[in-house]
Amino acid sequence: MPTVHVFARDHINTDEIIPARHLTTDVEAELAKYAMEDYDKDFVRRVQPGDIIVAGADFGCGSSREHAVWALRGAGVAAVIAPNFARIYYRNSINNGFLALECENVVETFMDGDPAELDLAGGTVTNTRTGQTLTFVPVPQFALDVQKAGGWLEYMREQDQNRQDQNQPQQEEQHA
Amino acid sequence: MGMTIAEKILAAHSGHDHVVPGQLIECATDWVLCHEITTPAALRMLEERGMDRVFDLEKIVAVPDHSVPAMNIKAAKMYQKLKSWVQEKGIRHFYDVGRGGIAHVVLENTGLIKPGQTLVSGDSHTCNAGALGCFATGVGSTDLAGAIYAGKVWFKVPETMLIRVSGDLAAGVTPKDLVLEVIKRIGADGANYLVMEWVGDTIDRMDMEGRFTLTNMAIEAGGKTGIVAVDDTTRAYLAARGVTQGEYTEYTSDPDAQYKVVIDLDASAVEPTVAYPHIPSNGRVAGSDRIAVTHAYVGSCTNGRIGDLRDVARILKGRKVADGVQMIVVPATQAIWKQAAQEGLLEIFVEAGASVSYPSCGACLGMHSGVLGPDDVCISSSNRNFVGRMGDPTAQIYLASPATVAASAVAGYISDPRAYNADGTEAAD
Repeated sequence: MPTVHVFARDHINTDEIIPARHLTTDVEAELAKYAMEDYDKDFVRRVQPGDIIVAGADFGCGSSREHAVWALRGAGVAAVIAPNFARIYYRNSINNGFLALECENVVETFMDGDPAELDLAGGTVTNTRTGQTLTFVPVPQFALDVQKAGGWLEYMREQDQNRQDQNQPQQEEQHA
Repeated sequence: MGMTIAEKILAAHSGHDHVVPGQLIECATDWVLCHEITTPAALRMLEERGMDRVFDLEKIVAVPDHSVPAMNIKAAKMYQKLKSWVQEKGIRHFYDVGRGGIAHVVLENTGLIKPGQTLVSGDSHTCNAGALGCFATGVGSTDLAGAIYAGKVWFKVPETMLIRVSGDLAAGVTPKDLVLEVIKRIGADGANYLVMEWVGDTIDRMDMEGRFTLTNMAIEAGGKTGIVAVDDTTRAYLAARGVTQGEYTEYTSDPDAQYKVVIDLDASAVEPTVAYPHIPSNGRVAGSDRIAVTHAYVGSCTNGRIGDLRDVARILKGRKVADGVQMIVVPATQAIWKQAAQEGLLEIFVEAGASVSYPSCGACLGMHSGVLGPDDVCISSSNRNFVGRMGDPTAQIYLASPATVAASAVAGYISDPRAYNADGTEAAD
C-alpha cells in the first residue's frame, strides 16, 4: 500500500522541488536523485515507488520547469494531492499524464507515513490507518483523455491522425 | 456578454467569435520563445516521437540566456543543442550570446511580438510581454514541444482580475513597489489561473519599462499573464522599433466584460516595498527593520532595463557600496549594456565598487555568476525569493526595486530609497 509523505506548507515551489542547479539535465532518473532537495534532503531515501505526496495549497508555484514533475515521477511518486496547484505545474502534470489531484482538507487528514488507498475511478483517497475517506475534485475529462493517449504530444498526434482519416474519404471522392 | 482583452485575443486565436472563462480551447501561437534550459527537453521529446518539425520557422525566437556564457560542460551541451537545432532548421530569429541577453527583454525590444498576438515559452516570466497588449504565458517543455510542432497549445480560458490604479507614485517609489504591494494584498496565489489586467491613470502615465515590470511579476501571484491595453505609449514604443499601427490589432475590454475580482489601489499611498523571505507576497516597507545585507543584485527580466540602471546610478554616483557587501549589476540585454556604457552608468557602478556582469539570468535563479552561499542575505531587484532560489537554501532573499537595492548597498542594510532626491542628493529629514 502506498505511503503518504506530508509536506504541509502552502506554496511549495519548483525551486524546492528541483533546484535550478540541477536543471542541466532532463533525464528523469538523474533529476529524481534531487527531488524535494531544498525542502527535505532525506525524501529521496524514504520514498518508495507508488507513494503519494500530500501537500499544502498552491503546490508547484514558481518556475515553468517541467523538471519538477519529472523529478517527482522519477523518484517514484505516483500522485500529488493538494487543495490546489499552481497553474504551470498543473498543466505540466496533465501533459505528462501525472496525477495532480485537488482535494480540500487533505493535509489535515494525513500524517506523514500514513498508508493510503487511492481510488481513481471512485474519486476518493482513504487514510487506511484512520479509515477517513476524502473525495477529490473530479479529474477533467480532457486530462483523462490526455492521460489515456500517453501525454499531450501523443494526444495531439492522435488528433492529427483522426483529422487526416476524416479528410481522406472526401479527397478520394473528389478523385472519383 | 462582453469580453476582456485576454478573452478577445484567445477567441481570435481559437476560431471562436466568443469564449467564456473555463472553456477549453486550442489556441494558435503567433510566437514561440525558446531558451536553452527548457527547449532541449522539448526537442528531445519531438525527436523521440518522430515529430521533429517546426510549424513555422519565422515564428520561433531563440535566445540562450539562463546558463550563458556556459557555466559548465553540461550547460555548454544544452546551449549546443539549442544552437544546432536553430542552424539545422534555419531559424532566423536567433539572438546568440553577445547579440541578445535575457530572452524576455530581448523579445520586447525586437518589434516581433505585437499587440493582439499570442506567445508561449518554456519560462514562467513569459507573461512579461503582456505589457504590449498581447497574451503571453509560460508553459512547460511538453507544451513548448507541442507549440514548436503544431503552433498550438491548449488553454482553459482564464478569468480576469482587474487592477485599477490611480494617483501618482511618490518620488522614489517605482512600478516594482506597486506590483509587490499588489502581490502582498492578494497573496502569492491570489491570481492563480487569472489574467491580471492593469488599468487606471497611473498605468496610463507609466512608461513601457514600468509596465513590463508589472506584467512580468504576474506569475509571482500565480497569474496566467498580466496585460495592459494598447495606448499612445505602446504605439510610440512599437513605432520606435519599426512597427506601424497597421501591423497589429488593438483589443480593449468591453464595458460589460466580466471580472472575477476588481482591486482598487491608490498609487500615491504605495511605499518602497521589500518582499521578505521566502515568498514574494511577504512585503513590508523598506527600512522598517534594520537588516544587514551581504549581497545586492540588480538585474533579471523584471528589473534590468535602462531606466532601472539609471535609478541605481543616481544613488551610487559619487558613493561607495558598503564594506562587506558584494554588489552585482547585470544589464538585461546587450543593447542595454551598450546604452548604459554610453551614458556612463557602468563607470559609476564600477567606481562605486559594484561588479558589472554580462546579460544573463544566472544570479536570479542561482545557476551561476552570483550564487548565494549559506546564510547570505541578498537584496535583489529580481522576482522570486523562494528557499534556494538564488543558491543555498539557508540564504535569505529580499525583493525590492533597483533604487531600494542601490540605497541598501550603500548603507549596508535594507534602506528606504527616499533618503535620496531625484538628483541623487541626500534628502533632508
